[in-house]
Amino acid sequence: MTDLVTTDGVPGAREADVDKPVRRSRRMTGPQVVGHARATAAVCQAAGCLSAQSDQVFEEITAQLIADGVTDVAVKRVGCLGLCAAGPLVEVPETGELFRQVSPDDVSDLVTRLKDAKPVETKPALEPFFSRQHRVVLENCGKVDPENIDDYVSRKGYRGLTRAVTELTPQQVIDEISKSGLRGRGGAGYPTGLKWATVAKQPSGEKYVVCNADEGDPGAFMDRSVLESDPYRVLEGMAIAAYAVGASHGYVYCRAEYPLAVQRLKAAIHRAEKAGYLGAAIAQSTFKFTVELRLGAGAFVCGEETALIASIQGGRGTPVPRPPFPAASGLRGKPTLINNVESFASVPVILREGGEAYAQVGVGKSRGTKVFALAGRIVNGGLIEVPLGIKLRDVIFDIGGGVPDGRKFKAVQTGGPSGGCIPEDLLDMSVDYESLLAAGSFMGSGGMIVMDDTSCMVDVARYFMDFCREESCGKCVPCRVGTTELHMMLTKITEGRATLADLVQLESVAAMVRDTSLCGLGQGAPNPVFSTLRYFRDEYLAHIVDHVCPAGVCALSGGESVA
Amino acid sequence: MTVHTLTIDGVERAGVEGQTVLEVARESGVEIPTLCHLDGLCDVGACRLCVVEVKGSSKLLPSCATAVAEGMEVTTDSKRLTAYRRTIIEMLFAERNHVCAVCVANNHCELQARAADLGLTHIELDTVNPALDVDASHERFAIDHNRCIMCTRCVRVCDEVEGAHTWDVMGRGLDARVVTDLGMPWGESTTCTGCGKCVQVCPTGAIFEKGRPIATTKVTRPYLPYLKTNSQEVSA
Amino acid sequence: MLRLGHRPDALIEVLHTVQQSFGYLDDDALRYVSTSLHVPLSKAYGVATFYSLFTLRPQGEHTCVVCTGTACHIKGSTMILNRIRSRFGIGPKQTTADNQISLLTARCLGACSIAPAVVYDGEAKGKQAPDDVIARLEEW
Repeated sequence: MTDLVTTDGVPGAREADVDKPVRRSRRMTGPQVVGHARATAAVCQAAGCLSAQSDQVFEEITAQLIADGVTDVAVKRVGCLGLCAAGPLVEVPETGELFRQVSPDDVSDLVTRLKDAKPVETKPALEPFFSRQHRVVLENCGKVDPENIDDYVSRKGYRGLTRAVTELTPQQVIDEISKSGLRGRGGAGYPTGLKWATVAKQPSGEKYVVCNADEGDPGAFMDRSVLESDPYRVLEGMAIAAYAVGASHGYVYCRAEYPLAVQRLKAAIHRAEKAGYLGAAIAQSTFKFTVELRLGAGAFVCGEETALIASIQGGRGTPVPRPPFPAASGLRGKPTLINNVESFASVPVILREGGEAYAQVGVGKSRGTKVFALAGRIVNGGLIEVPLGIKLRDVIFDIGGGVPDGRKFKAVQTGGPSGGCIPEDLLDMSVDYESLLAAGSFMGSGGMIVMDDTSCMVDVARYFMDFCREESCGKCVPCRVGTTELHMMLTKITEGRATLADLVQLESVAAMVRDTSLCGLGQGAPNPVFSTLRYFRDEYLAHIVDHVCPAGVCALSGGESVA
Repeated sequence: MTVHTLTIDGVERAGVEGQTVLEVARESGVEIPTLCHLDGLCDVGACRLCVVEVKGSSKLLPSCATAVAEGMEVTTDSKRLTAYRRTIIEMLFAERNHVCAVCVANNHCELQARAADLGLTHIELDTVNPALDVDASHERFAIDHNRCIMCTRCVRVCDEVEGAHTWDVMGRGLDARVVTDLGMPWGESTTCTGCGKCVQVCPTGAIFEKGRPIATTKVTRPYLPYLKTNSQEVSA
Repeated sequence: MLRLGHRPDALIEVLHTVQQSFGYLDDDALRYVSTSLHVPLSKAYGVATFYSLFTLRPQGEHTCVVCTGTACHIKGSTMILNRIRSRFGIGPKQTTADNQISLLTARCLGACSIAPAVVYDGEAKGKQAPDDVIARLEEW
């Protein structure tokens, strides 16, 4: 048992996890650059590209440049460059070139181009994937070295925090956030300024700031990318929040499934403390704020505020009824501010540039920008940031490049297991909180999964119900039993054993689960059923009445079983 | 002591700050069905049977865990609420094996009583009904997981009143079970004091005393005297 | 454990550390942890069984984690699981009889743009076809 006492590793990140390649590559730095670098090879080191050996790409480029005696080209590790589906990615910012699918075995072409690279006045026109984006939260993604705090500071990092603690009162900080119109980026879209004000006006004493980095929605990887690419931004946002609400201690609750994000966060907390941006006397003021990292252990329900608190306190992640809300009584019964990664990551810009500037973009009550993760049947899968109010069609077809292999677009799923599927004839809708809700979906944390005609919508509904059934904590009856019952009914339909009476029962049980469940997991679980019934009822009827699966996914049509 | 005025089913009522909607309703003679609630134990809001409509809230709220507030307008009974409550009971019957005729708690069971109150006569949902263990390793008591409805009263009474915390919940979702210690047979538990409080609070025939008819060990009543006293002392 | 302090709220961190050191959580470890942190035995057991990353049984020589997130589902992760089952006779959370391969599933690794993703002994790989997976597992 001595090991138990002395082991000092990243808890949860198993020894062999994704962080291994990084550890190895850390020994190697880029080539020694004499004077000003003429060109830079920015090699993406986020999880997607790393899984395609981008760390070896980095080493190989460096080795070849050194071997060839090149001294005016820098090689740099950066966070997510966005176009994850085409990784490993290498960008040369001076020329505006982006190299895709770079193989570590063949970097010679890239090295040749680097040797001849000259900064250009007019960079080649960006393709729509980049030109249609509006990067605020992701402004540093793919530009800074996520392990280097000086790099972050050199790109206006910590100016927001410095301004807040040296020039503004906590109330003025909250006003700035309220003016920005920022709303919770984790799902429900609760106004951030209002949330902060609620915590701030609780009687002073111990208060906590918690960053929800338990990005559990399947198909969402925005928070992971932000944490891996620009971790200081999130810590800065948390510090600003702590100053505004009067907290001196904070927690980041991160899922253990993201070992690289955990590792970079740990390092970032350590370096920020050393640099005086965390700890006592932040930015030479009297304000002090410390941050501790807490790990999840694989439970989706811990994204729910009260379950997250239970988990931070070392217990089972089961939610408790609200009210009381965590803003009044949260962690250890104290007022607790919980925001997600992207919300905190939006804060430094708001303080730096002002709330009004942030609110310039957006539509209606949805101001600013939102990060989305594009995945599924789409050409340009990856990480994007767009102004709220953009047309859904533009996101999927201009930025995303549409559906590959000449297939036909069928639906886009947003909002994860509590969200819904939006069909083709609604593609001209605006992407904002209210419009998505009206369409029977949900903003959610920002995953967008595109489906083509090879996807069966009943199967998709069943997939999400299976997810909720497995992730239900089991505390309340409607969620524990209801999700299982709904899953059994959907299975019956996909196997061709259902009748029209089952469809009626499906709808009534779904409504009951939505209305009586304790927390958001159960309340949202029936949403994929409602939205697919609303737009794709014909597919349900095809399974029930004609005993066919139009997409050929379900076993009843003779296709391969998905059970 | 702040007193709040609220209306319950259209009738004006008064409640003290910190009281729950359920408490005020019951004091006023308005009956709201419950299962996981037991006077004297902390409320968890898990069974959802006691959900009520509160004006201004888009969601149904559990009356056992919702504090009264000034001007609150509560509806405890409606067609929708009755239908939902009936479905909750139906789900519990579908979840595990609850064949009343062969149950030790027949006629002394709160689940059975709630089903009767709500007029639940048959189960339309498909049953899950996994074959679960019966643990009779304890000298005096036994637990039949097939009858358990996961109300967690045993867990709470063991922790909050007896202070032993022998019981807790393991697993999650449909696989959740109440367990003693590290999931070992009850008889091997090193922390169980054998006090029998869990037997007394179990609303169904899940936890029972061996060799004695349930009618003599389990008296269906809304509270247990020592629990009630305990709760009054705590709130005083 | 010293580093984390003997606080009950460090339970999850400590369980992570134990599992990292020993590969799984056995009764002795849980007993030791619960005594040290002053957490009731049943609570420690409840936590260890609530979270899907904790395991109470030893794992096989190699682990293969198949992501079953939405994007991976759309792109055929079920097919991968079916192939593994028919080739090696194991389903999720099972280990082969020779104790060589443990199969696990994850609810989204966040590697959606390179779906379907599979993690072999901690090394994440994207765009895996069922044949790639079988070939890789056969090497073990």
